[in-house]
Amino acid sequence: MKVVERDLRAIRDAGRKVLVGYFMGGVTPDWTDHVEAAILAGVDAVEIGIPFSDPMMDGIVIQQAALRALDRGTTVDSVCADLERLRHTVPLLAMTYYNVFHHYGLERSAGLLATSGLSGTIVPDLPLEEATPWRTACDEHGLATVFLVAPSTTPERVRRLAEATEGFAYATARMAVTGRSSGTGDGERVVASIRLVSSVPTYIGIGITTGEQAQAAATVSDGVIVGSALVQVILDGGGPRGIEDLVRTFRTAIDRGTESVA
Amino acid sequence: MTDPATFMTAPDGEGRFGNFGGRFVPEALMPACVELEEAFRSAWSDPTFVDEYHRVLREFAGRPTPITPLERLSDKLGVQLFAKREDLAHTGSHKINNVIGQTLLTRRMGKHRVIAETGAGQHGVATATAAARLGLTCTVYMGEVDTVRQALNVFRMELLGATVVPVTSGSKTLKDAVNEAMREWVTCVDDTHYCIGSVMGPHPFPWMVREFQSIIGHEAAHQMDELGVGTPAAVVACVGGGSNAAGIFAGFANTRARLIGVEAAGGAAVVGGSPGVLHGMRSLLIQDEFGQIKEAHSISAGLDYPGIGPEHAHLAEIGRAEYFPIGDEDVLDALALLSETEGIIPALESAHAVAWIAREAGHLLPTGSTVLLNLSGRGDKDVAQVRAMMTEQS
Repeated sequence: MKVVERDLRAIRDAGRKVLVGYFMGGVTPDWTDHVEAAILAGVDAVEIGIPFSDPMMDGIVIQQAALRALDRGTTVDSVCADLERLRHTVPLLAMTYYNVFHHYGLERSAGLLATSGLSGTIVPDLPLEEATPWRTACDEHGLATVFLVAPSTTPERVRRLAEATEGFAYATARMAVTGRSSGTGDGERVVASIRLVSSVPTYIGIGITTGEQAQAAATVSDGVIVGSALVQVILDGGGPRGIEDLVRTFRTAIDRGTESVA
Repeated sequence: MTDPATFMTAPDGEGRFGNFGGRFVPEALMPACVELEEAFRSAWSDPTFVDEYHRVLREFAGRPTPITPLERLSDKLGVQLFAKREDLAHTGSHKINNVIGQTLLTRRMGKHRVIAETGAGQHGVATATAAARLGLTCTVYMGEVDTVRQALNVFRMELLGATVVPVTSGSKTLKDAVNEAMREWVTCVDDTHYCIGSVMGPHPFPWMVREFQSIIGHEAAHQMDELGVGTPAAVVACVGGGSNAAGIFAGFANTRARLIGVEAAGGAAVVGGSPGVLHGMRSLLIQDEFGQIKEAHSISAGLDYPGIGPEHAHLAEIGRAEYFPIGDEDVLDALALLSETEGIIPALESAHAVAWIAREAGHLLPTGSTVLLNLSGRGDKDVAQVRAMMTEQS
């Protein structure tokens, strides 16, 4: 079991729900300050987005952030170099599209991510059937590979994905790209289908934009993933302070959910 | 060379043509791709389906399209030139072959809506046409830049009952229209088929679209025999994603004919690209040193695509087909040349193939050799743009 999964399982064993925040690398010169603020305000893990020109799974908010980051000359190298500025840390997972790693070189990408302090990757356009070369490269550098499970995933695929995913399983709540619709959708059903076959921690993402939604999702899963809502704050110029406030809202909401269940 | 009977067969179990192809899609779309593959395999081996596909192409789309010997142009260029007249198919291009197949398949799968991307608007018009014929709801995604360049085609689609959605993300052209169609497909995959317009995308699309277009090549091979010409020395077609080229190549892949794909110089994925993953496939793409996809630039919206179908990447890699770029400046001349000498105004896309033949006659195409041109579309849609550019030049 990879280090990151041990850490995330420990959080669950301690009775706490996990809050994962997504940030687009390079979106502003001070983007790591936003990550830092989120960590101090209580996220348990961070997805670090590496911008790609054609983000097929992303809605308008993350598309805009990616374009802004690319216009600033952001690359996989620059994102990794910027991470050195982080003074506090939690498990960090790189999230991008496969072509970024494919073009940079799988072995070279995995090596760079690992030496830059990342502990896993999420590549939404790399399905299990195509993932063997990337998983091999990640294994060599101790990186976890996280897989997504969708409302449309068949039971047979759920079993294979739950077996393959490392760190956690990413349960997508809706048949939609990021940030387009909101609500917990089919999250509970997707989580239940994973729990039927695996004990891997399972977090709900896609469509979580409010504290109430986060609380509802957290009560039926091991945690929630918030992306577009945070990125929107940065695009609107809300700064690290705005991120801190929003993360606290989510944190309080999911912790309150835990208490009421207990 | 390998046994000639092995070219352009079905892809392997993972949907690969050699090192290219595959299925790089979000998990949410995987079940739909698997379902589509099963539905296509079943339909394509079902004589009832295949008969209906051929019947509709005959009764509705005007097939078979003729082969025209281009006598005056042949005299001028010193080669024996024949044109496969896809410009005479219903809606004005080869695109109708694919959409008839895919809309019949949509109905067979019990879905009642299609979405499509379009560049020049030819595939969008064809999809709207085929959807109207079967009473399917149709939404077409089109880059905002292209909705301006091809405003008449937008109106055509609307007349045919389709909804056209201008895409404002990224470069606002074909590749962004594909991104947007994929994003939409995730939300409605239960009742909607994504009718991809070229031999691209995740498996089974590149294979399925080639199969639906291969009627061009099979007809042409038969017609060339009937004309007493037999196998031509070269078969030449323009390539964006590459569906008209794949269609005509399929009829000659296992003969001695040279297969020539002509790319727009500003979107030449074989000549100027490198391996990458985009829109569900591993293929050759135009990208920067960090794997960011570059925008293609061409005089013709239909060739403004920064990639190429994976089977073409494979055919290029193994040397069975050759690909050459043609610059915008040669395309207008070629369009004028074919119009004046043969009375056929070609689409700007098809004019790339004409330009390459005009340039290489007596060079890569030996004097006296027989050449089959795939005249993939008619120029009506481009006339206003061509007029403006010719006025600007003079």
